[in-house]
Amino acid sequence: MAIDSEVLVIGGGIAGMTSALSAARAGADVRLVSYKQSTLRHASGLVDILGYTPDGEGPLTDPYAAIPDLPVDHPYRTVGESTIRDAMALFDEAVPSYRGAHTDRNALVPTHGGTVKPTARYPASAAAGLASDERSVLLVGFESMVDFDGPHAAAHLEAAGVPFDVRGVTIRFPGDLRADAKVTRYAKLLDTDSEVSVGDRDRPVREALAERVGAELDGESRVGFPAVLGDDRAGTVRVALSESLGVDVFEVPMGPPSLPGLRLEDRLFGALDEAGVSIETGNPVVDYECGQPNGGDDRIERVFIEKNGARIPYSADEYVLATGGLVGKGVESDRERVSEPIFDCHVPHPADRYDWFETEAFGDHSFARFGVATDDRLRPTNADGGVEFENLRAAGSVLGGYDFAAEKSGSGVSIATGYTAGRGAAGVSA
Amino acid sequence: MSDAESPADTTTGGDSGDDPTFEPDEPNTGDSFEPVDVFPDSDDFDLRPGADSCYKCSTCDTNCPVAEVDDDFPGPKFQGPEQWRLKQTDDDYGVDDSIMDCSNCMRCDNACPSGVPLSQMHNTARGQYVDEQMSKTSVEYWRNRILANYRTSAWLASKVPRVANFAMNFGPARWVMEQTMGVTSEREFPAFATETFTDWWAAEGGAAGSRERAREARKRRGEPVDADKGIAYFHGCYAEYNTPEVGKALVRVFEHFGYEVVVPDQGCSGTPMFANGMVDDARRHAEVTVSSMADLVEEGYDAIASCTSCSMALRQEYPELFDIEGIDDLASHTFESVEYLRIHEDLSGAVREADVSDDVAEEFAYHAPCHARNQGLDRQAVELFRDLDGAEIEDVGESCSGISGTYGWKAEKYEKSMAIGEEMFEHMADADGETGMTECPTCAMQMEHGTGYEVRHPLELLETALVE
Repeated sequence: MAIDSEVLVIGGGIAGMTSALSAARAGADVRLVSYKQSTLRHASGLVDILGYTPDGEGPLTDPYAAIPDLPVDHPYRTVGESTIRDAMALFDEAVPSYRGAHTDRNALVPTHGGTVKPTARYPASAAAGLASDERSVLLVGFESMVDFDGPHAAAHLEAAGVPFDVRGVTIRFPGDLRADAKVTRYAKLLDTDSEVSVGDRDRPVREALAERVGAELDGESRVGFPAVLGDDRAGTVRVALSESLGVDVFEVPMGPPSLPGLRLEDRLFGALDEAGVSIETGNPVVDYECGQPNGGDDRIERVFIEKNGARIPYSADEYVLATGGLVGKGVESDRERVSEPIFDCHVPHPADRYDWFETEAFGDHSFARFGVATDDRLRPTNADGGVEFENLRAAGSVLGGYDFAAEKSGSGVSIATGYTAGRGAAGVSA
Repeated sequence: MSDAESPADTTTGGDSGDDPTFEPDEPNTGDSFEPVDVFPDSDDFDLRPGADSCYKCSTCDTNCPVAEVDDDFPGPKFQGPEQWRLKQTDDDYGVDDSIMDCSNCMRCDNACPSGVPLSQMHNTARGQYVDEQMSKTSVEYWRNRILANYRTSAWLASKVPRVANFAMNFGPARWVMEQTMGVTSEREFPAFATETFTDWWAAEGGAAGSRERAREARKRRGEPVDADKGIAYFHGCYAEYNTPEVGKALVRVFEHFGYEVVVPDQGCSGTPMFANGMVDDARRHAEVTVSSMADLVEEGYDAIASCTSCSMALRQEYPELFDIEGIDDLASHTFESVEYLRIHEDLSGAVREADVSDDVAEEFAYHAPCHARNQGLDRQAVELFRDLDGAEIEDVGESCSGISGTYGWKAEKYEKSMAIGEEMFEHMADADGETGMTECPTCAMQMEHGTGYEVRHPLELLETALVE
């Protein structure tokens, strides 16, 4: 026996989750397996479609307008513009706490480093912080949290030429948390509005925080905080602070580990649960087996999950490979070659490894575009262009042909290809 | 030299940045180039490769239930790779006291995208701390040792269960225990069963009786009567002394599917001992368990536990901490009970065709134990029972219950334990069901303590659904 489903999605990032959701919505019995818990909490929580062209032009005003000019092997060209729109509609419906769907145009969101990032969707918590808004801003950092420096971020935003006055301050977070307090500690205190000791008495933390920030306000009409304003009750925390301060409050997306990423992960898993998807994390898929008794080796029969030395078979009719790229370990390299570790799908790359990169650190590295090549149904292809397996589709950054970090296209490609792969696996033709 | 450095046979003098002959995009393949394996393969107990794999993303920290409520706890990244490195560079480095505040929930393992063996690092650091830095005459040491060796106290109590049940919850005695030993008087000790699981098992005819019943079941199921279906049940301490109904349910469910059950000699899984840094105690018990279970594994039996912490210990902590003959084979043949049936039988099909009336309960508030997570079992019960007619099961969320075995029994940690559990209590109160469900005995204790609900094991519901 094996643990059986109609569709098995391998990978728990945004591509895997979108694949599983779209396959389940199309009526399939779906199981999602992930080596570890989702890596979405490593992400800022912003959902980009396309911020820059592969040549570095941008920030782009309308990502959709740039798609016809992308290279033919770019995953967006494989799935096409209307599919990207359908996929984003699925995302918008599954994650109602996000904003940006009212327009095709990119929003400009300030980051914790004080840069401005073009993005297609952003959490409601970042909405009052948009750089296109001309109202003045106060950025508040906490002494004990070195990941966000208010004055530094403000100076960078000013240098970037934002159309509003911006000022940064650093305050002590009420209760004086230790220097390496976790982002979840801040969030938990604010979620539960716990008492913290301030001076010689205990006070609810939201009220104490608002008071310290209020003393710094000098007519600004919105206040930005590092993205630690609550986890389960982030909306309530923001409204409470905003009401006490009498101005709009927003979060500035942060690096890992990121609460907006964590909240997005929770919401997407909630959507998967509602759609009846089975989910399992903690152990890697390490191998596969082909072959019906009479068949060839062009269909995957089962894959194996390794648990402490045991190999547990999981079988399905259709498989989706959403294991990530070089960072996510869905694509691996050694001195000899670049490879896809589970199914050994072909990953096109130059034979000489000194051609994999450029000399400049931020040069146009070809390794950034390494990943599997596919046919027009997202099935990985071999060196001759034939499909590797009839029943395997790929989604997200395991795909080659695009540099998500330079283009700011990571989430969008994952959502669009996840949507396509999931529906294809469920038997919906494109 | 590493491949990242410039070749040695170029010009001398000056700093390499000015070296005119160094071309970073040219291969360094001159005669002088010899690739060196910087980190030679080491045995399982060298944690350096694990420490080197940490790229400081801090995701483990966001999964730590203690760091979320405790302002003094530095979190798993410090307790694991960072402290490990400090230990290597300074012979006088003492393991930080805060290691004793880690509850060994092991959630950080499941969080790490880079495969750092965090809980193994915590277990070894804690063992070293207790060995070398904790006074063996301190109240804390003996309190922890007694709590960790629950099996010994439970064995004694099981001889006189009624007296024990009265005495252990007798108010003045509990006050004295808190004052002298630091065992919180807030909690009620679990009741000891009047008949242990193994007494019941012997009365049922032991392995011979099970073989008969399994053969009957195979006949009924149309399977070959001599099919090779056998499991070795690791019941652990709690199903033995406190909840034998869980062990009985396991036996009946497995026999229903045609498995013959054997119940070998066994010690404690070691879970409470690892969590208290009592690694030597854990090893003594592991030796007993491995010696009997490994032989059975060789004969073709798989080792099955009904408690997720026991299965976790046998499959992960044993090979990570001990080098005992047969321990790796045992680890790779250990499974949690429901997991095993999902792999080898059409369990979801059987559940789909079954129904239950209200003799157990209709609605359950299910909590996934932390130790179920690394094993990939945290959603197993909800996903299995959502197809069962007559029962509703609702997941009460991903938070830790907070008790973490002996942790929440310590007077100084009781408040912290309840603060961690608060989220679970709230979600249980919000859920429709007023009966709890979990695989972990101490999570069950905490669920009951926080809500007053009765708590059942998934095997008990399976038994009701599948076994006449």
